[in-house]
Amino acid sequence: MDSHTIAAQTAEPAQIELEHPPFLRHHFENLAQQREAATFGMWVFLLTEIMFFGGLFCAYLVFRNWYYPAFVAGSHTLHIWAGTLNTTLLIISSFTMAMAVHAAEVRHRVPLMRWMIVTIILGVGFLCVKGYEWHDEWVHHHVPGLNFSIEEFTHVNPAYPGDKPLAPDMAEKTQLYYSLYFAMTGMHALHMVIGVCLLTILLIRAQAGAYTNGHIAPVENFGLYWHFVDIIWIFLFPLLYLISRHQ
Amino acid sequence: MSTIVSLPDQSTARLPKVSYLNKEYGLKSWLLTGDHKRIAVLYMISITFFFFIGGAMAALIRLQLLTPYADLLAEDTYNKVFTAHGLIMVFFFLVPSVPATIGNFLIPIMVGAKDLAFPKINLLSWYLYVVAGIMMLCVLTFGGVDTGWTFTTPLSTHYLNTNVVTAGLAVFVAGFSSIFTGLNFIVTIHRMRAPGMTWFRLPLFVWSHYAASILMVLGTPVLAITLVLVVLERTIGIGVFDPTKGGDPLLFQHLFWFYSHPAVYIMILPGMGVISEVISTFSRKRVFGYTAVAFSSVAIAVFGFFVWAHHMFIMGISNYSALVFSLLTMLVAVPSAIKIFNWCATLYKGSITFETPMIYAFGFLGLFTIGGLTGVFLGSLGMDIHLTETYFVVAHFHFVMVGGMLMAYLAGIHFWWPKITGRMYPEGMSRLAAVTTFIGFVVTFSPQFILGYLGMPRRYAAYPPEFQVLNVFSSAGATVLGVGYLMPLLYLTWSLKYGKIAGPNPWQATGLEWQIQSPPLTENFEKTPIVTHEAYDYEWLANKTRNEVTTVG
Amino acid sequence: MEQHQQEHHHHLPHPEMGPSEPTHTPFRIVSPKTYLIIACCLLFLTASTTAISYVELGVFNAVVAIAIACLKASLVVLFFMHIKYSSKLTKLTVCSGIFTFLVLITMTMTDYISRAWGRW
Repeated sequence: MDSHTIAAQTAEPAQIELEHPPFLRHHFENLAQQREAATFGMWVFLLTEIMFFGGLFCAYLVFRNWYYPAFVAGSHTLHIWAGTLNTTLLIISSFTMAMAVHAAEVRHRVPLMRWMIVTIILGVGFLCVKGYEWHDEWVHHHVPGLNFSIEEFTHVNPAYPGDKPLAPDMAEKTQLYYSLYFAMTGMHALHMVIGVCLLTILLIRAQAGAYTNGHIAPVENFGLYWHFVDIIWIFLFPLLYLISRHQ
Repeated sequence: MSTIVSLPDQSTARLPKVSYLNKEYGLKSWLLTGDHKRIAVLYMISITFFFFIGGAMAALIRLQLLTPYADLLAEDTYNKVFTAHGLIMVFFFLVPSVPATIGNFLIPIMVGAKDLAFPKINLLSWYLYVVAGIMMLCVLTFGGVDTGWTFTTPLSTHYLNTNVVTAGLAVFVAGFSSIFTGLNFIVTIHRMRAPGMTWFRLPLFVWSHYAASILMVLGTPVLAITLVLVVLERTIGIGVFDPTKGGDPLLFQHLFWFYSHPAVYIMILPGMGVISEVISTFSRKRVFGYTAVAFSSVAIAVFGFFVWAHHMFIMGISNYSALVFSLLTMLVAVPSAIKIFNWCATLYKGSITFETPMIYAFGFLGLFTIGGLTGVFLGSLGMDIHLTETYFVVAHFHFVMVGGMLMAYLAGIHFWWPKITGRMYPEGMSRLAAVTTFIGFVVTFSPQFILGYLGMPRRYAAYPPEFQVLNVFSSAGATVLGVGYLMPLLYLTWSLKYGKIAGPNPWQATGLEWQIQSPPLTENFEKTPIVTHEAYDYEWLANKTRNEVTTVG
Repeated sequence: MEQHQQEHHHHLPHPEMGPSEPTHTPFRIVSPKTYLIIACCLLFLTASTTAISYVELGVFNAVVAIAIACLKASLVVLFFMHIKYSSKLTKLTVCSGIFTFLVLITMTMTDYISRAWGRW
């Protein structure tokens, strides 16, 4: 007789429910193993994400070293209020996501949904600010390969009158700064979009009570993903926005 | 107690009534399966398909190189052919070969679990492979790609009009297939071992897959982002690899080889795992130095990340950096050598028999050693200046990948064929195929070392006429090699219907997979095994096999 | 039907397994108060990093900015992602990811730093 049969014969229905809930997959021995495997699996996936963004950070490091003045000039055209606001939105969304996981852990369905909704709103807010910034870059001819122009950099920047305008060859290198800016924020935004979509799906299922019966793993592991995307932005913000702002 | 047993009489063996093969019928039950064994079979069929396409490309290459002139294929076409050969063989055959087929099938069983940790992700992994494969077939159909499998910039980003973007995206998707396989293995090995199955009771096959999975998970994403950057460079012109915009083509190579060097260890480590199992079984002896072999697998994985720029010595990296990488390359050879020594020590005073898997394993020992040693020549900076981008490199990696990895894959397929299908293959035919492969291989690739040393460059459609004799030898060997690979395709397929029934343990091997029926049940074990014996414990096996029923029905 | 769990420690039934069974880390519910404190720290650090960037520190501007970013990331990883309360395996996993990333950038930079060409 295997453990399942023994359990079924000797335990009470409620006990079976506790030990063999419907969301326990057949290839796991028990719920603890399933939950730990799922969390570990999500961490291994986040490792792959670290290395995925790692390549971009490597490229950034090389070119910032080579073309520092161009990077400074490029960074000064970004709106620091937008970057700071976005960072704030994401940090708050990380907090709300952590609270959502907490609500799932203590099995409060309505708070879980509320925290998830706030997280979604903050995430969408982030994307709106980002969209505005990108539109701004487009308007100023800062999109590499599509409408890029070095006009702005060969003349004095009114916001930073102390900045010397760049020589044409260094001004050309600002295109690299913007390439990395769009690649990195674009990749990050893509992860945000995926995150918001997944969270919406989780919200719908949470409404049906799927995560307040002990089956916390999806919410918990989505939380890990969300926090990771936040961490990427925590690094992108100083690297892209705060280059030599004191000048 | 003697552990020498002759192979059990097969005549009384019967196929079990219920197994993973006949539990459910219909295409949907295969295409939507979560069963790791079925997914392994799906992979086996797909990678065999791509192997023969890559092999056809190889045939074209060797035909072209029969004569010194570009008379069979034009230069551009030749470039497309060797690129296709490289891309298909590396990403669609070698990387998934042992892990996705034999690994997927066996890892859960070897650790004593019912399935991998994430069956749906396992299935997704196969579908990603298929999608990537279809994209690659589209690339081949619509004009090919001629960058070489390495997509070197700025050739790939600025100077070619072929399907670089599609090929890059195909490899991107195939990379994620690999990542998910590795992720599944890592979680399964850590978290789903049966009671009593400690790390040091695991078969060495599991250890090597664990090491390879670490590489898959940490290295492949860098390839992914690199290919994304190449695609962006080609489509939008972002400039990261373009010198005219201030970019650095060498940055591409750093990022590319950061994955592609560990990739060669991703390819070989699972094969080494197979060799450990085969050598132990057919010398009836535990693997000598289990701990050393286990840790050397992990050491290969770790050191493999520190040596990538040895592919870039002549490309323009600084001499100081080249020195550092050359030194580290010397170090990375050590764990591989440790394994070879340990396998040889396993053979010593063992009771050796020459079944087909063992013939392939012997082939591996010799050919991988030669390939590995020539890698050391290439790793030393001074020699590399002369040898790089010549046929010496081509011979080196074919010795380790074909003479090493492919032989290990065939050894594994033959060794576990009875377990996967319940049938034996025809032994006489298979031994003939193994020997043919070995002879064909040596005749094909040994002349290439000489050609390389004499200065024949690689990736050239034509060559100076004085190199023709050696090239003809090489092409002749390739024909024999091709025959050697066709034979298993034929007799293994034949054996599915007409092969002798294998019982649960035709080789009298240790390991949990041999204690269950052939083919296994869908849930692998009737009840969770409790492991009390060490790995490769032949005495335990001899005591156990007296009266045992391990088939259902 | 919702159940209220008042305790902050949950001990799930441990099945009878031998010593080889992967260790089960008792999972722990972190309190909302902790989350709030960490969130406030993060917001404060964000404000500081923006403010400090306006102060002339020469080459240390970059160092300080990255250091603050690392501190923020550590707070998120330790508390929001529960690493502080996780198993050794999870901690090792995170470290191995960071280590590999550092290998990528440092060893690539050994090439770029030691090249004799001038920067243009």
